[in-house]
Amino acid sequence: MVTYIIRRLIWAVVMLTIVSIITFAIFFLVPRLAGATSESLATRYVGRTASAADVKIAAEKLGFNDPLIVQYGRFAKGIVAGADYDYGPGVEHCPAPCFGYSFITRLPVWPDLMDRLPITVSLAIGAAVIWVIAGVATGVLSALRRGSFFDRAAMSVALAGVSLPIFFTGIVSLVLFSYGRPFAIFAPGGSYTPFEQNPVTWAYDLILPWVTLAFLYAAGYARLTRAGMLETMNEDYIRTARAKGLNERTVVVKHGLRGALTPILTIFGLDLGLLLGGAVLTESTYSLPGIGKYAIDAITNQDLPKVMGVVLVAAFFVVFANLVVDLLYAVVDPRVRLA
Amino acid sequence: MTAPMDVTGSQTEATPESVLDGAGGAKAIQGRSLGQIAWMRLKRDKVALAGGLIVVVLILVAVFAPLIVGAFGQDPTQFNSDLIDSSTMAPKGGTGISAQHLFGLEPVNGRDIFSRVVYGARISLLIAFLATLLSVIIGTLLGVTAGYFGGLVDSIISKAMDVFLAFPLLVFAIALAGIVPDTAFGLAGDTLRVALLVFIIGFFNWPYVGRIIRGQTLSLREREFVDAARSLGARGPYIIFREMLPNLVAPILIYATLLIPTNVLFEAALSFLGVGVRPPTPTWGGMLSDAVRFYTMPHFMFFPGMAIFITVLAFNLFGDGLRDALDPKAR
Repeated sequence: MVTYIIRRLIWAVVMLTIVSIITFAIFFLVPRLAGATSESLATRYVGRTASAADVKIAAEKLGFNDPLIVQYGRFAKGIVAGADYDYGPGVEHCPAPCFGYSFITRLPVWPDLMDRLPITVSLAIGAAVIWVIAGVATGVLSALRRGSFFDRAAMSVALAGVSLPIFFTGIVSLVLFSYGRPFAIFAPGGSYTPFEQNPVTWAYDLILPWVTLAFLYAAGYARLTRAGMLETMNEDYIRTARAKGLNERTVVVKHGLRGALTPILTIFGLDLGLLLGGAVLTESTYSLPGIGKYAIDAITNQDLPKVMGVVLVAAFFVVFANLVVDLLYAVVDPRVRLA
Repeated sequence: MTAPMDVTGSQTEATPESVLDGAGGAKAIQGRSLGQIAWMRLKRDKVALAGGLIVVVLILVAVFAPLIVGAFGQDPTQFNSDLIDSSTMAPKGGTGISAQHLFGLEPVNGRDIFSRVVYGARISLLIAFLATLLSVIIGTLLGVTAGYFGGLVDSIISKAMDVFLAFPLLVFAIALAGIVPDTAFGLAGDTLRVALLVFIIGFFNWPYVGRIIRGQTLSLREREFVDAARSLGARGPYIIFREMLPNLVAPILIYATLLIPTNVLFEAALSFLGVGVRPPTPTWGGMLSDAVRFYTMPHFMFFPGMAIFITVLAFNLFGDGLRDALDPKAR
């Protein structure tokens, strides 16, 4: 078990490194391929009014003329050990993990990202709770009453749910429940109260995005759970469980559901990991200033250090979620860790 | 060639007899190919057929967009300022819906929503189809290679798939679509944007196809007909292309059909976020993001939103039906 964990951890680190190299290469190469020079990149730091000579000096000091691999090395070192930036007038220290400074605001990227994280985490976790409960419950009920009116109605709604884009349902929910016609129950998007400040307002502000986001995922989970349940409930061990006289409730919950839930656990890990790295569409629809909105703003402003930071943080969550799921599997299923 | 069309990757295999029995005991009458059996099942699935019909209509709409729009005498980028109430910026009469403007007009500049939705189908379907094609080609080639050769090749390709799946796809796609300037790689305008979106969406989706094909190949590799081919002296490429690929057509078809709606949503999302095909070329996602500001005129968001919904739903219905028809066990 210990060797398995170590092996998985090493692979997670390797994977993040590869992702960071590819991301770095793409985001620093594409602008150059498209014609940006070291000087035009440096202009973003020193401002457009600076003289050509100053820009040249800044470009040299920021290392934009170095080979890509040297630049990446510096970037990676900044994340692990922090970095010192020499702008000319003075040296600025950026503590680890250092993702560099924003082209636009000149502020370090990392603290900014950490400010945004609670919003995305609140959004993702709240929605996840709703969609797992709603989706799995609907799927199980549908499977148990296969062909019934409930099953057909629920599966039709679920199919519609997976076919609706979140930004459409999001706008519709805002128009219906927030912008004043017909029901102005919830605050229009953009308001967020930290949980530790007032949990009630926190939840109230997030209900609309939670429900909209959860509906989308619950639809998918209901379909998956139903398919999984139908498959497991036909297994021999379910018949054995029934034959030895267990009541139906125990058979369904302890034997059937357990078998059906394992594949869903994998997908849940991936989904949650992806969401934590920025619920881009939801945040942008509801103007929630989370990681996803940060990413959009960074991209709109062509703010490369921010883009790098967001992509890497998002990749971290995906890799981390995968790691947790794999380790959970190893705990549940001994075949995995022995393989 | 009656190999199982097993997309779940489970080890239980349907014997040819049971496949035929599943078609309603048809074996007593005459032998039918798997394709015929699947078509019989699909014909019985009215919901899937309805989905397929809508898909066909959508494709026709996209292909003949200029004719359809021309029949109403409209142009998707033409401003109709004379039909806009200059004090409220709303179309005269609230929505501007009339015999010439079936879906009404956009507020402020008065562009015809119907023709924009019709033209939007072009971008949406073109990108979704081409991106799916790209993922399927890369995914199938690498998936078959990994599954057939195994060993080091398999572990390299599998690890590569892991890395690709670790990319935060949407963030990465927006970032990539956002940093490419308006002219690059010798292309410009809509051609560049379409090519770019096809590349981004297609290239980062291949591992989903690759994983499935790899699993399928792993189980096919152990089958007798492959052994037979090998004992007759067939080599790797022959076995892959002539023995394996025909047996992989069903899963490839199923996953391609189910990948298209995902890609429609993906393209719409990118356009919604402003990194898709550039205005004034109409896209459904772009129309929705314009419509957000005019929420008091819900007709503006309704039509592009419903266009996305109907397209995705139709492909999903058809894809589900196709899966049930080709692979009855996956029900």
